[in-house]
Amino acid sequence: MAANEEVLALRAEVTQREEELSSLKQRLAAALLAEEESEPERLVPVSPLPPKAALSRDEILRYSRQLVLPELGVHGQLRLATASVLVVGCGGLGCPLAQYLAAAGVGRIGLVDYDVIEMSNLARQVLHDEALAGRAKALSAAASLRRLNSAVECVPYAQALTPATALDLVRRYDVVADCSDNVPTRYLVNDACVLAGRPLVSASALRFEGQITVYHYDGGPCYRCVFPQPPPAETVTNCADGGVLGVVTGVLGCLQALEVLKIAAGLGPSYSGSLLLFDALRGHFRCIQLRKRRPDCAVCGERPTVTDLQDYEAFCGSSATDKCRSLHLLSPKERVSVTDYKRLLDSGASHLLLDVRPQVEVDICRLPHALHIPLKHLEQRDAESLKLLGEAVRERKQGTQEGAALPVYVICKLGNDSQKAVKILQSLTAAQELDSVTVQDVMGGLMAWAAKIDETFPLY
Amino acid sequence: MAAPLSVEVEFGGGAELLFDGVKKHQVILPGQEEPWDIRNLLVWIKKNLLKERPELFIQGDSVRPGILVLINDADWELLGELDYQLQDQDSVLFISTLHGG
Repeated sequence: MAANEEVLALRAEVTQREEELSSLKQRLAAALLAEEESEPERLVPVSPLPPKAALSRDEILRYSRQLVLPELGVHGQLRLATASVLVVGCGGLGCPLAQYLAAAGVGRIGLVDYDVIEMSNLARQVLHDEALAGRAKALSAAASLRRLNSAVECVPYAQALTPATALDLVRRYDVVADCSDNVPTRYLVNDACVLAGRPLVSASALRFEGQITVYHYDGGPCYRCVFPQPPPAETVTNCADGGVLGVVTGVLGCLQALEVLKIAAGLGPSYSGSLLLFDALRGHFRCIQLRKRRPDCAVCGERPTVTDLQDYEAFCGSSATDKCRSLHLLSPKERVSVTDYKRLLDSGASHLLLDVRPQVEVDICRLPHALHIPLKHLEQRDAESLKLLGEAVRERKQGTQEGAALPVYVICKLGNDSQKAVKILQSLTAAQELDSVTVQDVMGGLMAWAAKIDETFPLY
Repeated sequence: MAAPLSVEVEFGGGAELLFDGVKKHQVILPGQEEPWDIRNLLVWIKKNLLKERPELFIQGDSVRPGILVLINDADWELLGELDYQLQDQDSVLFISTLHGG
């Protein structure tokens, strides 16, 4: 019995100490970051890295496994130690990339990111941790890298890369890695690299797929050679909408690190003029041959029209973030706030709540009283779904005033798809394919519901 | 009269979502007067394979900006773009470029 009591007491003490330790770690991380944040913002590193003649005893031990590779050797390691790399974006690609660069002993790593850490980043952005949610990604990444390798100089830039700052910044680094998440930044980084004469290692990922290539290296094509025109904004999917598996950005970030290291060490990249496609679901890597540099390219061609950095948000018709866009398809009177909808729900008034999210999102969370019909089914005028909708409307109309139109409220995650669905329902009623209803959407969708009405409702 | 062609048409990078999520399509292009090129392959795809929102795939008589066309794993720009004449057993890949990170 005594032994049993001792076990219990020890367990309790271990739990208590663990809690203390966890709280101390959080305070330490926050204090380290606060120290960092209080430093004046440096836009540029102070001086070029000095040449290095030899490796120290510690360096030889630390890098011994890669030093014995004849392709790299002491010569390559010395080149890495004096190389500087600018990492644009400290997210799913930038984290593993910067981690391997720091581990391999790259001399200086610049880390650009204007964004702050959110809990939904942690499944793929592996340099950040729970304790630093809400803090700047650039600072968090720099702090992690310093813990990994104190000899590497990490320079965080907790600000957006802009046409005003990009060229000056890119000029101060030898190699640039595009780990960004939006189209305007991709054109901006490309043009800055062409104008500054720097090679650009560019990767991207979404869902289960990734792509990587090297632009503007040794006479090879640049991003604009391959994509002279930006894609229409409505065709671009971000990670929040499309989803992404962390391992996929991890694989691409590692491949990017490999290309950067080969360029920095003088081995030359493998994907200049070719594009590697990775399909994680099928387990396929496929390398395709890209076009040559275009003599008529707007930025790297023979008579360039882009000789200065431009307004890339205007050029692309989208903003330089991957935040979800807000559509404005409906007039204010075709929309209700979550607060007004809650009031109506509490009043017990007869109505129909229609959830138009894809099934996979309904599986995550839902309002139990909502009828679920995915937007896609409405767009396709799916007969089964329209029948279901018609029945639900008729059922809820019983007990309401004869002939009165039933209020239908459409909800989705953020309040974009719900507007599209309202438009479709309006056309269905106009064509008398649906009983008389009045249709409005719930502004801000279920995420607004979670923020303002029910804090136990999941955010995703 | 051009003979029927057997061609592999593939979509990736999210472009497959406009084709019911199906990435690989082994198709037979029927024999016709003029030779099959990418220009009329696109018309054929729009009519026979494309399931929704054609504007997210086609713009004018070409693909929309942001879709890369690869013929036998090479950028179509190296092969004459819309004018490339398809051969039996060719593989044509339409890849939507990704921007996430």
